[in-house]
Amino acid sequence: MVLPTQVERRIERAGLAKIRDKVVAGERLSFDEGVTLYRSPDLHAIGALANFVRERKHGDRTFFNVNQHINYTNVCNKLCRFCSFQRLPKQEGAYVMRPEEVAQKIREQLHEPVTEVHVVGGVYPRLPYSYYIDILQAIKRERPSIHIKAFTMVELMQIAKLAGKPLAEVLPELVAAGLGSCPGGGAEVFAERVHKEGYHVKNTGDQWLDAARTVHNAGLKSNCTMLHGHIETIEERVDHLNRLRLLQDETGGFQAYIPLSFHNEGNEWSHLPSPTGLDELREIAVARLLLDNIEHIKAYWIMLGIPIAQTALCYGANDVDGTVVEEKIYHEAGATTPQAVEREELIRWIRDAGRIPVERNTIYEVIWSESEAERALPAGV
Amino acid sequence: MVPPTTQLKPARTWRAPLVSSAQQGPIREELDRLEQLVLDGGRLSPEEALFLHAKADLLGLARMATAVRERLNPDAIVTYIVDRNLNPTNVCVTDCGFCAFYRSPGHREAYVLSRDEIYKKVEETVRLGGQQLLMQGGHHPNVLSDWWCELIRDIKARFDINCHALSAPEIEHFARMEKRPIEAVVQDLVEAGLGSLPGAGAEMLVERVREIIAPKKTHTDDWLDVHRKVHQAGLRSSATMMYGNVETIPERIEHLVRLRDLQDETGGFTAFACWNTQPEGVPDEASFPRKTTPAEYLRMQAIARIFLDNFQHMQTSYVTQGMKLSQVSLMYGCDDFGGTMLEENVVSAAGCFHLESIQTIERMITRAGYRPLQRNSWYGIVDPRWEGDTWPSRREESATHAAAPKAWRDIATASRPQTA
Repeated sequence: MVLPTQVERRIERAGLAKIRDKVVAGERLSFDEGVTLYRSPDLHAIGALANFVRERKHGDRTFFNVNQHINYTNVCNKLCRFCSFQRLPKQEGAYVMRPEEVAQKIREQLHEPVTEVHVVGGVYPRLPYSYYIDILQAIKRERPSIHIKAFTMVELMQIAKLAGKPLAEVLPELVAAGLGSCPGGGAEVFAERVHKEGYHVKNTGDQWLDAARTVHNAGLKSNCTMLHGHIETIEERVDHLNRLRLLQDETGGFQAYIPLSFHNEGNEWSHLPSPTGLDELREIAVARLLLDNIEHIKAYWIMLGIPIAQTALCYGANDVDGTVVEEKIYHEAGATTPQAVEREELIRWIRDAGRIPVERNTIYEVIWSESEAERALPAGV
Repeated sequence: MVPPTTQLKPARTWRAPLVSSAQQGPIREELDRLEQLVLDGGRLSPEEALFLHAKADLLGLARMATAVRERLNPDAIVTYIVDRNLNPTNVCVTDCGFCAFYRSPGHREAYVLSRDEIYKKVEETVRLGGQQLLMQGGHHPNVLSDWWCELIRDIKARFDINCHALSAPEIEHFARMEKRPIEAVVQDLVEAGLGSLPGAGAEMLVERVREIIAPKKTHTDDWLDVHRKVHQAGLRSSATMMYGNVETIPERIEHLVRLRDLQDETGGFTAFACWNTQPEGVPDEASFPRKTTPAEYLRMQAIARIFLDNFQHMQTSYVTQGMKLSQVSLMYGCDDFGGTMLEENVVSAAGCFHLESIQTIERMITRAGYRPLQRNSWYGIVDPRWEGDTWPSRREESATHAAAPKAWRDIATASRPQTA
């Protein structure tokens, strides 16, 4: 694969020739080069480089799945300043779903070809360990074939605490109850300065990484994220991506990286502006270039909105998440996207972006792909 | 004149080209050639524009559109105008099936605003530093050029603000109802104080399309002819395109050909803007196809920027596309964020609640790497933060185009600052 001539010129004009050489050679970019990518004014050049890597890995293939979300409780004791979802136990709007209610949510979607349920919630210390086992089992009872992607590292640490034993010993019990993999949330920005200022009650970055390591060592896959666009610096972002990259070298357990944009409605950081669409495209592109060992970069449409998610497919992203029935967390923070989208509609956006839609399951096995599209695949993909 | 694209085979169902197919091989070679042509300041043929639409990747279109943008507007500035939309009447007899705004004569929601209501809105706009009143109505059977001339005169007598008003179909409607030539209507409006003409009502400048979506509205040649006569009277106007319904891709290119040809002739267009059909809530909603997706907007806007090499400005349409996509369009050739639309009845009635504050517009522009500055209707910068001259500062100074009357062109030339 080579870069088009006109792209080369643009890259050289932007002073990114050295980074280009390393990207084309498949070499790892340094911390400073990460900072350069964030600071370079030329998103045309960075987008083209990220697209180069994206197409080298995936061609035009763009993954989506048919999934549903269950946010089992919004009660949380972490008091993160960026959060609009969290409630205190007796606060208006606070809720905890009984396992039967969780099962009901699954039952409501039985007519849809859902392959994955994404289960995350607040950290509510009054829930017993058995509650978590119960909701996993309740889901599996309703729909045995469904893949349960549940509990961020933050929740897993709480669950281990409730169980009174190390996370490594708890995970097999959760797996036995139905856990299939873990989502990537709760990482925020690892830097201590940001942790202290924004979410000091929550686990630290190192604790998050430790939990992810334990999850991967237990044979489970997870995703990873970064909540960008609030008080963190560019250097702190590169540091975060670098720490993810190092853990991935060690475990190989991250399937996808998902940049999460700070949304500024209904939280303690409402005075901060949310990142704009071009900031989000850059976040996708830089991540694609720095995270050379993470297979998939996800443009999470429910948070980005359809225009940016669709555009991001040319700026390094190769996954758009799924149909997402009933998203709550970002909608509390002002997201105006629909809370769900039809499978056909997702396929249409992916096609219009000039990409090949591929329906996957949670572990990226292909469920469906356009036959015409499969024929167009370059050899070796 | 029959544009050459009409002979091309229409694309019945359009599929975006695979991005990877534009990165190498013979397609890339042709795209590289076109990109070099554009970088060298060359002009695309309609066939080449069609090739771009059929084969180019978005990143390549963004680069090419940006090259044209940087040639025509080398300063890293994105302008916008503080303006208000004022629709003096919603009564209309053209019954366009894609319009959610109009009411037929006698309908219980039909209105004609009183002078007091209008003055109140104008006063608020002027107080907010507004530069322009974007005034459009329906095709009211009785509210004709006399009424509009009087309105414009009354406003100009009381307020210092430009009337960017009416549209080609409305002017043609007046001429037809009043049984007199277009030139006479235009002359009256110019004398009353009309400052510039919006590009509305163009939809798709292809008769086959107009007969289906707007059969009672102005024909293609007449739309163009009103703009020609407006340019000849000394005024500048803008141009638009609404795509995403029954038209084929070659018909979209034909629309651009018609605009580029007229611009070669008169030079009177200031800017171009496009948007997709917004079918939510319109009378013929059920008969319209699903709304086209954002990637198609970026493709269309970029191709328009590249093809319309004689239009200085490209305006993004955040009211229809949303703030986020409009910001991205600044990488796809747009150099203007349009108006603040302190009131916007026409589109918001079609389900677009995208009205945003000036702060948001400025943030979008700044984060895209450009300097936001406020302009007037003729793209003269009026911003207090601007260290340069404001030129053009009035309609006569904007009459730099070839078709303008000599007296106005002399004013425009004489007023031109040394630095411009």
